[in-house]
Amino acid sequence: MMLLSTHNLTRRYAGLVAVDAVRLEIPEGGIHAVIGPNGAGKTTLFNLLTGIVPPSEGGIVFDGQDIAALPAHRRAALGMARTFQNIRLFSSMSVLENVLTGLHPRLSVGPLATVLRLDRFRAEEREAVASAKAALAMVGLAMEENAPADALSYGDQRRLEIARALVAAPRLLLLDEPAAGMNPAETAALADLVRRIAVGGTTVLLVEHDMGFVMELSETITVLNFGRKIFAGTPEQVRAEPAVVEAYLGARLAAKLRAQAEAQHGQ
Amino acid sequence: MTIPPWLDDFLWTYQNLIHGLGVNGLLALSMYVVLAVGQLSLGQAAFMGLGAYSGALLSMKLHWPFALVLPASCVPPVVFALIIGVPTLRLSGVYLAIATIGLGEVLRSLYLKWDYVGGALGLNGIPERAETWMMFLALGLATLALFLIGRSRFGRAMEAMREDATGAAAMGIDVRRYHLVALVASAVLAGLAGSLAAHASDFISPNEYGFEPAVTILSFALLGGIGNPLAPVAGAWFLTLLPELMRDLPEIRLALNGAIIVLAVLFLPRGLFGWRMKRSGA
Repeated sequence: MMLLSTHNLTRRYAGLVAVDAVRLEIPEGGIHAVIGPNGAGKTTLFNLLTGIVPPSEGGIVFDGQDIAALPAHRRAALGMARTFQNIRLFSSMSVLENVLTGLHPRLSVGPLATVLRLDRFRAEEREAVASAKAALAMVGLAMEENAPADALSYGDQRRLEIARALVAAPRLLLLDEPAAGMNPAETAALADLVRRIAVGGTTVLLVEHDMGFVMELSETITVLNFGRKIFAGTPEQVRAEPAVVEAYLGARLAAKLRAQAEAQHGQ
Repeated sequence: MTIPPWLDDFLWTYQNLIHGLGVNGLLALSMYVVLAVGQLSLGQAAFMGLGAYSGALLSMKLHWPFALVLPASCVPPVVFALIIGVPTLRLSGVYLAIATIGLGEVLRSLYLKWDYVGGALGLNGIPERAETWMMFLALGLATLALFLIGRSRFGRAMEAMREDATGAAAMGIDVRRYHLVALVASAVLAGLAGSLAAHASDFISPNEYGFEPAVTILSFALLGGIGNPLAPVAGAWFLTLLPELMRDLPEIRLALNGAIIVLAVLFLPRGLFGWRMKRSGA
């Protein structure tokens, strides 16, 4: 059974169809990717899936439930967490407080018990801090918990965003270009982290431009171009698919390369 | 309880000022709760007016006991907050500010035209039932409650949406619900302040609840800061005491008052008391 699927998912802006009748199918478990050239509609697709923008048409089914009409916060509470392409940390808050904020939908003690500082409140808050510290340890930021979020390096801010998304133990984690701006060593550490997240039982869906990263990690890859899905398959199938190569290189360059390859093959 | 004569003299002389500290402190908190969720609403003076008028009418026309008048005078501001909140909270930033100023002016002209509430003359002879301790008890409890709320998941959610409403929604935080609850809490605090002030001064009139007081209430929070609930209260106290401290310079008093606010906003964007409270309560 699919954890997440969309049918005919469409988002139109004035004069532009950013996402055009996309049928996406993400099975439960493992690491999956959406790729495509710049402007293919990947980030819009993520915003549709997580409820940041409403769809113009089409449906989204998550864990058997139609969520297309739900606001973003309800989808997060159902177990959908994400990071952003342009990092969106709460910069005035500390590293630990950012992660605690990610735990919001899992906390339930009401305002009265909070003001009266009942044992229920104290116990829940203690557990929350312990979970947040565990999430920070998982991404390797345990030593930074009291630093202001905006004092972290770029790579650390990306990892903090992942910890904040991960702390609520989501069913599905959406990572929007997690390796952007990272050096090779940081990217390798990130690949290791994403693998550990998947092993822990969270399904991962990522958008990424770093093809080595995507091919190495992903079980399935969905390819978008100009808002349309042009292919979906395993990394091997994607690599062999002419339509994908054309989307990235342009039809003429792709044909030229193919001709060269065939000529070499024929010799 | 006996009060020493020197303290009695002091309290008598400065009674209005001391009441001003209590009432303005509550108004500053009323501004704080909406700014703390990242909304710029300027309806606080209107809430205060509704609390003052409904409290005064309940006391003068219906002769209710004060213990009932105080909570009851928070009801009209809350109803008003819900009526304006549901349609206008879709607005943000300066649009919400303009909408709430407009609605405040509608109420002010209603008081002006309606003879039952005294028209332009206002209401005279409100029984003086508000005691100084009531104001400071309300202020103390409200400050403490907001401090404790601030150090919990609610405070984290509030700060998160103030920084980035989209990011907060992606964390599972129901931003619109927080905006509405904050507006209702703001209405309760301002309504209470209005009712207490009306029962301390025996006279109210429509112009006490117009645009100018709305901006004054905003300046309490701007000057003090919104990093913690004590900051706006301290800002209110500073601005309430400042004219008294400059009493010997009557010619330049207003100009100096204005200059201090402008300088503080320019050079201390986090306010005079800008420290940020921690957000975990364990």
